[in-house]
Amino acid sequence: MPQTITQKILAAHCGKKEVYPGQFIEADCDVVLGNDITAPPAITEFEKFEIKKVFDKNKIVLVPDHFTPNKDIKSAQQVKTMREFAKKFKIKHFFELGCMGVEHALLPEQGLVYSGQLIIGADSHTCTYGALGAFSTGVGSTDMAAAMATGKIWLKVPEQMKFVFKGKLNKWVSGKDLILYTIGDIGVDGARYMSMEFTGPAISKLSMDSRLAMCNMAIEAGGKNGIIIPDAITKDYVHNHVGVGRDRPLPVYLSSDIDAQYCRVIEYDCADIEPQVSFPHLPSNAKPISKVGKVKIDQVVIGSCTNGRIEDLRVAAKVLKGKKRHPDIRLIIIPATQAIYKQAMKEGLFDIFMKAEAAISTPTCGPCLGGHMGILAEGERCVATTNRNFVGRMGHPKSEVYLSNAAVAAASAVTGHITGPGDI
Amino acid sequence: MQGKVWKFKDNIDTDLIIPARYLNTHEAAELAKHCMEDADPEFSKKAGKGDFIVAGENFGCGSSREHAPVAIKAAGISAVIAKSFARIFFRNSINVGLPIMEIKETDEISEGDILKVDLEKGTINDETTGKTYRAEPFPEFMKNIIDKGGLVQHVKEKL
Repeated sequence: MPQTITQKILAAHCGKKEVYPGQFIEADCDVVLGNDITAPPAITEFEKFEIKKVFDKNKIVLVPDHFTPNKDIKSAQQVKTMREFAKKFKIKHFFELGCMGVEHALLPEQGLVYSGQLIIGADSHTCTYGALGAFSTGVGSTDMAAAMATGKIWLKVPEQMKFVFKGKLNKWVSGKDLILYTIGDIGVDGARYMSMEFTGPAISKLSMDSRLAMCNMAIEAGGKNGIIIPDAITKDYVHNHVGVGRDRPLPVYLSSDIDAQYCRVIEYDCADIEPQVSFPHLPSNAKPISKVGKVKIDQVVIGSCTNGRIEDLRVAAKVLKGKKRHPDIRLIIIPATQAIYKQAMKEGLFDIFMKAEAAISTPTCGPCLGGHMGILAEGERCVATTNRNFVGRMGHPKSEVYLSNAAVAAASAVTGHITGPGDI
Repeated sequence: MQGKVWKFKDNIDTDLIIPARYLNTHEAAELAKHCMEDADPEFSKKAGKGDFIVAGENFGCGSSREHAPVAIKAAGISAVIAKSFARIFFRNSINVGLPIMEIKETDEISEGDILKVDLEKGTINDETTGKTYRAEPFPEFMKNIIDKGGLVQHVKEKL
């Protein structure tokens, strides 16, 4: 039976030739990931196994990124629990503050995740790594605990959906806009339990940063995983980040069979896709920038596992060059990793940001989930390059988050209301 | 089990179930105090032991935080009944032992109704309206985990 790339990766990780939608499998994990919110409860559960070893100390990745630098005493305790666990079980990949980054920007950059792998993470945005042609999905803390003990995860093989993006991208449109448009079309449960395969001529030309942003938000449509078949751009990225001769298995570049079965195939013409803005309080409330109207805002956040990468910072700098934030706006820019931070500094992007009166932060998830570093007061509105605009997501239950790409966010910071980069 | 219904809409996300501002701990009793807070600030005070949450489609969408089913369970809720569940919330509930049931007719059940639920049989009796519903049965694979009381015990026996 013809198989999709998702089916092929799942089959290869449970010792089967083929797998079918609806089938339950127990799969081997190449990477098991946790952060400072999800790893501490996983550690509590792991201790119940009363075992002396993790399944593989090189395959567990612990990233304290959500409430770090520790925002309060309780958060500090959580990170301490992680740190001590990492020491006790000799976990190779524990990222201490100073080399820590937002996990889903950090792992691809560090070459810890790559094509052909099966990755689980106790974080819903673990689906990001599908951009590299891996099967990658979010799970909970107990799943993480079990996987740290056994190296295995139970999965139901998902149905497969295919999204074909035709034509060329309009100006200022990025992977973020394609995924917001898609979620706007199919809804927040439009791909519930399903695999989302992104393909077509526009995807072939899309940068890796944009692909990562797209797959990152598969979960916002309810998807189990987002995935893009590896091509020259993938191989180039993997080659540069994973390197050769390192102590790990080689990447496996798979593709979907031509006659593979999809439960739904949706085609989009990119000529129809403008920069998108998702209105509160669901990512599916997407509108093209031309239909937004005048929405006054109080804050702009550029960062997160969705759009805190160098491409996003470059776009923001292009828009902000020679300009200043509107006097009523707080502009917060958060490079997602130390390497991105360094690169942005080297390229002079920080000079542009400082002249625009932006506050530049060390890597953290911070405001994205209403943790710290930019919490909203009652009635305040924020344009953010993050991934969720649920009630209370960035602070007060009566505050509002509008999701966009980095260009729209930067332009909005200049005018004080939601603005397309072409309009300043 | 018998209890009162607390009704919620479609797409109840994990930030509504337990806002991230309280995730600097994973202590169940502490999380329970803030359960459903941004959807209904009084919920944790109003909901009684054994009550039910009844909701629409895609309950538990959003984050992977296991704190969500843990908070609901610790708030004394005996089961969540919804038209459908988001996938991570679904597996987290199975893994931590929060009973969940899928029925398509949740619109027929009103806030304040008294339900009588038999998890074993998968039946829901609305004592207020006199109607009976049958939940989707769990696949065998998941039943094994549920019968063991959650994933930890299930895995522990195999180690």
